[in-house]
Amino acid sequence: MIPTAFDYVKVRSVDEALAALAEHGEDAKLLAGGHSLLPIMKLRLAIPTVLIDIGGIPELSYVRVEGDEVAVGAGTRLFEIERDEVVRAEAPLLSHVAGRVGDPQVRHRATLGGTVAHSDPASDVPTGLLALGGSVVVQGPAGRRSIPVTACWTGFFETDVAEDEMVIEVRVPRTGSSGWGYEKFTRRENDWAIVAAAAVEGRVALANMAGTVVRATATEEALARGASVAEAAALADQGTSPSSDMHADAEYRRHLARLLTRRALETAAAA
Amino acid sequence: MQVSITVNGEQRTDEVEPRLLLAHYLREVRGLRATNIGCDSTSCGACTVIVDGLSVKSCTVLAAQADGAQVTTLEGLAGADGELHPVQAAFRAEHGLQCGFCTPGMVMAAIGVLADNPDPTDREVREGLEGNLCRCTGYHNIVRAVLTAAQAGPAAGQVPQAQEVQA
Amino acid sequence: MSILGTRVVRTEDPLFLTRGAVYTDDLTDERLTGALHATFVRSQVAHGRLLSVDTAAALEAPGVVAVVTAADVTDLVDIPPPFPFINAAMTRPWLASDRVRFVGDPIAVVLTEERYQGEDAAEMVVVDVDPLPAVVGTAAAATDEVLLFPEAGTNLLAAFGEPVPEDFFDGCEVVVTQALVNQRVAPVPLESRAAAAAWDPDGRVTVWCTNQGAQQARGQLGDWLEMDPDLIHLITPDVGGGFGAKIGADPEYAFIAWLARHVGRPVRWAESRSENMIGMLHGRAQDQVVTIGGRRDGTVEAYSLVFDQDCGAYPRIGAVLPTLTMLMAPGVYAFPKVHAQGRALATTTTSIGAYRGAGRPEATAAVERAVDLFAAEIGMDPAEVRRKNLVPAFSAPHTTPMGATYDNGDYTAALDKALEAAGYDELRAEQARRREAGDVRQLGIGLSVYVEITGADNGAGTKEAAELEVHADGTATVLTGTSPHGQGHATAWAMIASDQLGIPMEKITVLHGDTDLVPQGGGTMGSRSLQQGGAAVHQAADELIEEARRRAAERLEVDPTDLVVDLGLAGLAVRGTPGAGVSFAELAAEERLLVNTVFNADAPTFPFGAHVAVVELDVESGKAQVVRVVTVDDAGTVINPLIAEGQRHGGIAQGVAQALLEEVLYDEDGNPTTSTLADYPFVSATELPSFELVEMATPTPMNPLGAKGIGEAGTIGSTPAVQNAVIDAAAHLGVRHVDMPVTPMRVWRAIQQAGSHAQQEGN
Repeated sequence: MIPTAFDYVKVRSVDEALAALAEHGEDAKLLAGGHSLLPIMKLRLAIPTVLIDIGGIPELSYVRVEGDEVAVGAGTRLFEIERDEVVRAEAPLLSHVAGRVGDPQVRHRATLGGTVAHSDPASDVPTGLLALGGSVVVQGPAGRRSIPVTACWTGFFETDVAEDEMVIEVRVPRTGSSGWGYEKFTRRENDWAIVAAAAVEGRVALANMAGTVVRATATEEALARGASVAEAAALADQGTSPSSDMHADAEYRRHLARLLTRRALETAAAA
Repeated sequence: MQVSITVNGEQRTDEVEPRLLLAHYLREVRGLRATNIGCDSTSCGACTVIVDGLSVKSCTVLAAQADGAQVTTLEGLAGADGELHPVQAAFRAEHGLQCGFCTPGMVMAAIGVLADNPDPTDREVREGLEGNLCRCTGYHNIVRAVLTAAQAGPAAGQVPQAQEVQA
Repeated sequence: MSILGTRVVRTEDPLFLTRGAVYTDDLTDERLTGALHATFVRSQVAHGRLLSVDTAAALEAPGVVAVVTAADVTDLVDIPPPFPFINAAMTRPWLASDRVRFVGDPIAVVLTEERYQGEDAAEMVVVDVDPLPAVVGTAAAATDEVLLFPEAGTNLLAAFGEPVPEDFFDGCEVVVTQALVNQRVAPVPLESRAAAAAWDPDGRVTVWCTNQGAQQARGQLGDWLEMDPDLIHLITPDVGGGFGAKIGADPEYAFIAWLARHVGRPVRWAESRSENMIGMLHGRAQDQVVTIGGRRDGTVEAYSLVFDQDCGAYPRIGAVLPTLTMLMAPGVYAFPKVHAQGRALATTTTSIGAYRGAGRPEATAAVERAVDLFAAEIGMDPAEVRRKNLVPAFSAPHTTPMGATYDNGDYTAALDKALEAAGYDELRAEQARRREAGDVRQLGIGLSVYVEITGADNGAGTKEAAELEVHADGTATVLTGTSPHGQGHATAWAMIASDQLGIPMEKITVLHGDTDLVPQGGGTMGSRSLQQGGAAVHQAADELIEEARRRAAERLEVDPTDLVVDLGLAGLAVRGTPGAGVSFAELAAEERLLVNTVFNADAPTFPFGAHVAVVELDVESGKAQVVRVVTVDDAGTVINPLIAEGQRHGGIAQGVAQALLEEVLYDEDGNPTTSTLADYPFVSATELPSFELVEMATPTPMNPLGAKGIGEAGTIGSTPAVQNAVIDAAAHLGVRHVDMPVTPMRVWRAIQQAGSHAQQEGN
């Protein structure tokens, strides 16, 4: 299967990309690694008329330590984040979740910015980022702004990034010495998560328990009160709204959320 | 639009539709039909080729995105004298193929696995090939072939054409 | 030393590994120059009245040469049901005209100059369907409340067998009944369907298509297109897997030929995976009820299997699979009383065909589950219950209560070998330790002992053709009616001929899959190839030697009985006279040395074996990981262990996949929800261990090679072993049964329910 026809614009800088976005408006889509966009275009679930290829913008690919944060360029490919020594040392959960996406070929193409902008509630990287905290830096005609990760993913495949903006960078706190855990439940190794739980420094994020990745706030509050891991994890599905589909029904997802949260917290505590 | 792509060491410039997938470019424009397409959802890996030193699924890359890139397909692996690449040789020795449809992608993915990890375990090979599906072999002999190829040393994780990872 | 039985690497592989195989969609044949690309427009509604098909917009789209609908198909009759016992009203139109019967039913075809244009134009064909209620599942079909073929008056395609007698289980101390689902799965050969056709000016057509037997496919095309088969040149290029789903031809293949004639240009078609997942035949799809009764000492006295076969919308091979399931119902067991009854039903889903094992895995899964249920009920080790009930070793034919005549077998030896290789006692000890400790990861050990039927008369017959010619240059050519698509016949058939003639393998070319070259042939299916096609090659070599003997005797002026095959010479030598002899090549230089033969096996063979699966079950999540699969698969004499092991590996993986992962799903409206490989959980390398194969070979007397079939054994054995293992892992928690695929959610729920039952009983 093939996408519908579109015009293709290759840009070499953020400024060029933003200019192209402004010119083509809502018919345009940014193409980075293309591993979220092209599959749905092939199935004709997305039919943009212009693709703006930002895959070759050198200024978007980097990993830097800045103060108490690690800044990662949106164009950085997932396999680079998985292997990067700085990310591994300063934000090991981010390195880990980058390495859990898809398969090696997918990670060779897919970018950090792409997975953030796609806002799939079952996605590994947003789940990890939501647990880590930090922010997503976007740029538009009005300049740059920073979106806290807690406000970034607003709905099923929807984000706070405006149509004339693009993701530039992700900033996460340096959590190198803290224990962390990531539990991804799939039937096959390279499937999307049926449910996943990420835990670091008392923060817990869940994949596929709502229209977006979500924080397990009841669990976090219980931990803050000094509850045991088991007690806190038993609250993990509170406030979530999991769907029922052919992979799992809502009741089982709730069970998994509690189980995986407990295991992720136990792993984090054991480090 | 025009794309200039080097495939198996040969550079060419072609006029293509922007939506042309790299897999179709290789098959239809370049006439290199070893690369197969087995699904629509970036799942099966039959179309795996090496682009700029990295294994990728060519059904999910536009030819336009590969403009200026170095691509190696199955046809580019054996030496001019017909000498098989270590991964090709190991697939033959270990009966790592039956119907042959997954094979081109499986061989290219295996090279990618060995590039990342020259001395993998059984489990690491399986995880490295998680994006490549085979219906015939049950993967048993494919895993053995990759482990056998690893014994050939660094050449098993390389392609004959010089490729720089464009990170 | 004979080359037979040695691990010869495949002669096919160098090309496959360097240039790639040449599948139908890879063809660059000059006869296909200027071919149009066909794109099918298929129903997106499971069941409904087709009100209109508007092609106007599509006709205006770039590159569109024609858009064909049912109204254009005036010179073909609808496809009749494939078996005489099916209601004649259940015909299949080439393109839907007044009704659609499954999501995927072809409605129109767009012909375009270029491939990409086809998808664009197909989207512009506007189809108006007035939906009717879908018929999903055999239970819905059996009510006949909604009929697929109102003229037929029923959804019942066929009924086999009688109801179980009322007193069947009388006298049994224990009777266990369980409903089982042998779920619908998709064969998913990596190469989807593809076909191409080009007509000669003289009215002959060449059709290239991916299939498992060119001759059978040609016959079907001849029937459907009402053409003399001699006017059809059918070529099977390299084939990227079949697994039963490419037996014969699909209607689309014939229609591509019709389209090429209709527009007067060559036409080619290669479906996408999404099209394949709804358009290609599915497999299995039986709803079963097993009942097993016997004594508390472990002796089974009576067994009954009653089931409904979902056949999908239009009858295909699925309609006849119940007979195989019934035939093999008792499997390896000497149950004194066996009953089986099956019905075949139409539903508004993709048609059911053969899938690796086809009818036999369903029988084995049922009886192996039943035996485990019986063992659990009486509290006996399942290995012990099996031993007590297996048919004792036999070398003379054994006829079962269902009328199958097994050639030979030693099921107890197979089971013992498998248990020993697995370390059964140690596994049970480890299981006990983990149960005692309350580990999160519990061990499950699953057994299955199976016998299956290969080389059955399945329409291809029990015959196979071979032609063998030795050429003056010392090379030889083998033409075979089998149709390898991964099974390595080019290697194995050359080994057989080489072994008898002394001609080196590399000088032997094996050709197949071209009806002009090989007009007769049965194809490759039902694990028949070696025992029939390989035996035909063997017979051809024997006959060639006899022909050579006659000629050599004249030439050398000796008595024919004084001539012996000299493998070093690749010819015949005079006994006791060193240096006197003549090579086959020299004889061929005088006059073509060629034989054409047909081997008739008369009877099928019955390969058997035993599988032990070991799983680790996370009892908190319900997820099982297969950690070991140990198999004994006795297929008689093995010609090439490398290839035979490959067949076992692939079969085992597909069997594990059915037990754990794969299932084709429909929603209540008949919409498929697993129509891409992102949604259909095709087993990958990470879900499987490396396999432990144990050798056992009991040659069959049914053919001179002593070979039985090996293609399907792995699938038949592994599915119940894995299912039983997962259930075994949770048995101590009260779980008795979980349907396939044994998904984490199903297992978790079964554990929950067993726990709440236990709690209620405790109160």
